[in-house]
Amino acid sequence: MGKILMKGNEAIGEAAIRAGCLNYFAYPITPQSEVAEYLSRRMPEVGGVFLQGESEIAVGNMLFGAAGCGARVFTTSSSPGISLMSEAISYISSAQCPVVFVNIVRGGPGLGGILPSQADYFQATKGGGHGDYRLLVMAPASVQEAVEMVMKAFPLAEKYRNPVMILGDGLIGQMMEPIEFPEHLRTEPSNKDDWATNGMDTRNSSKPNLVKSLFLNAELLEEHNVVLKAKYDRMKQEEVRYESYNVDTDYQALIVSFGTMSRVCRTVIDNLKAQGFETAMIRPQTLFPFPEAPIKKAASKESCQVVLSIELNMGQMVEDVDRSVQGKCPVHCYGKAGGDVPTPEEVIDVIKSFF
Amino acid sequence: MAKTFKKPEALSDQPTHYCPGCTHGIIHRLVAEVIDELGIRGRTVGIAPVGCAVLAYNYFTFDFQEAAHGRAPAMATGIKRVRPDLIVFTYQGDGDLASIGMGEIIHAANRGEKFTTIFVNNTVYGMTGGQMAPTTLQGQRTTTSPAGRNVEEVGMPVKIAELISALETPAYVTRQTVLKPKYVVRAKKAIKKAFQYQVEGRCFSLVEIVSTCPTNWGLTPVEAIKWVEDNMLPYFKLGEYKTPDEVEED
Repeated sequence: MGKILMKGNEAIGEAAIRAGCLNYFAYPITPQSEVAEYLSRRMPEVGGVFLQGESEIAVGNMLFGAAGCGARVFTTSSSPGISLMSEAISYISSAQCPVVFVNIVRGGPGLGGILPSQADYFQATKGGGHGDYRLLVMAPASVQEAVEMVMKAFPLAEKYRNPVMILGDGLIGQMMEPIEFPEHLRTEPSNKDDWATNGMDTRNSSKPNLVKSLFLNAELLEEHNVVLKAKYDRMKQEEVRYESYNVDTDYQALIVSFGTMSRVCRTVIDNLKAQGFETAMIRPQTLFPFPEAPIKKAASKESCQVVLSIELNMGQMVEDVDRSVQGKCPVHCYGKAGGDVPTPEEVIDVIKSFF
Repeated sequence: MAKTFKKPEALSDQPTHYCPGCTHGIIHRLVAEVIDELGIRGRTVGIAPVGCAVLAYNYFTFDFQEAAHGRAPAMATGIKRVRPDLIVFTYQGDGDLASIGMGEIIHAANRGEKFTTIFVNNTVYGMTGGQMAPTTLQGQRTTTSPAGRNVEEVGMPVKIAELISALETPAYVTRQTVLKPKYVVRAKKAIKKAFQYQVEGRCFSLVEIVSTCPTNWGLTPVEAIKWVEDNMLPYFKLGEYKTPDEVEED
């Protein structure tokens, strides 16, 4: 199949179907409502389930139920909606159910605005809901990458029996780009007979399955948290993804940026190179697990004098960047949170201010 | 000698944690009997609420999921939509269903989700120590209404069976109790209808069961039964509130 031109939100919906996910529950919210509109038409065509819930609270718990009985399931929402789903995300994480969440982030806090933003970095990577849990978080920088991440998200969620979040932004959702759906990324849902409430007859068993998150006994709750932590540690070992740009040069500044903002930073690096000034970038593709080692290594280069975290917020990822750099180089942050994406010229001025 | 009365297969051997005089045990048994009689244990999924029945899954022998507070109807919706062949029921108390989960139950009922809800109404939050619930009676003392429920401040008790039956879509809505053997027989009949309708693929059904909470009411089990008869039944009237049009009532 050749390339087709598609809007990000519609491509995300189609990617889920192509990945083998035929169950979608959602609630409308700008800037991602096109996913629900698209799937309200597409899901019946492929014999799938589409349901518009009465709230994101309900949708989160519909996902919990559906995933708990063994179905491959996903939703899309935007920031305030993810806040409401965070109750369910905490329960789903504890009950170890695979669910894929797509957050097409808008500006915040509160109602904020509907323009592109990365202000949900903390919420996605540090746990928006209560308790000690982590999501596997991926951040696409193009519609094509969003498609691929959505398709990869389902087997990953099943591998870890853990929610996976795609952290996009309004631009990724609204932009049209040429894309291709990689056929090899279609996967079959894994066998869930050993834990899912799919009915004893379905799995020819006389042993009931139980999906739960309550552990009243301190030792059992401790044990449960240790099991969860082992999964997060395994993600750190096996799932870190990032892209490096211009790191083979003797760069004087290292940029760390993800998603839409990283595209501007590429132009910045190219433009500065043309002026004879070398800079480089590490672009995290997974925000949890975070590419700590690659950032530390890149920041340790002799020529590097400053590390800049450039984000569409007032400075969130910079805390993880700082933690990764471990004092090898001064770390600063530049960010905008109103919805205007900084221009290359703005970023260049910021970089030059350090020299 | 042949056994003429035995424990339903759908009930486990584990003793329950419920207080003396609590009606959860009877209601659990009725649900289990119905599941046995309909032969649906192998394809049934129960949803436990937050509240006294959160551990209900310990007492049944089929699949269970444990919901967040009030969200059982959303969870049941998720299961039933992706696996319409499964038989799904929620088992919820008054704090869970009529307070924090009011939005979820109303919308699930109104969409006509094809699952069954067993709603146990004993006018208080049992698990957390007897706080006021939406169904607490006028003037009733609880740990958060020490001077009695003041309807000037918090309104009149919510009548769930009436509220749900006001919706066009639900198939079957009834209010029962299990205070005495004659009521138990009727309640079982109602629970069986509710599950039978689901097996037949009909829309949402709800069985409200007017129940006791001797511990939090500060009464003996026998006094609690009398209290329900004197105070609850005049307000929460028993009966069929909505039945499927096609079905002849016996």
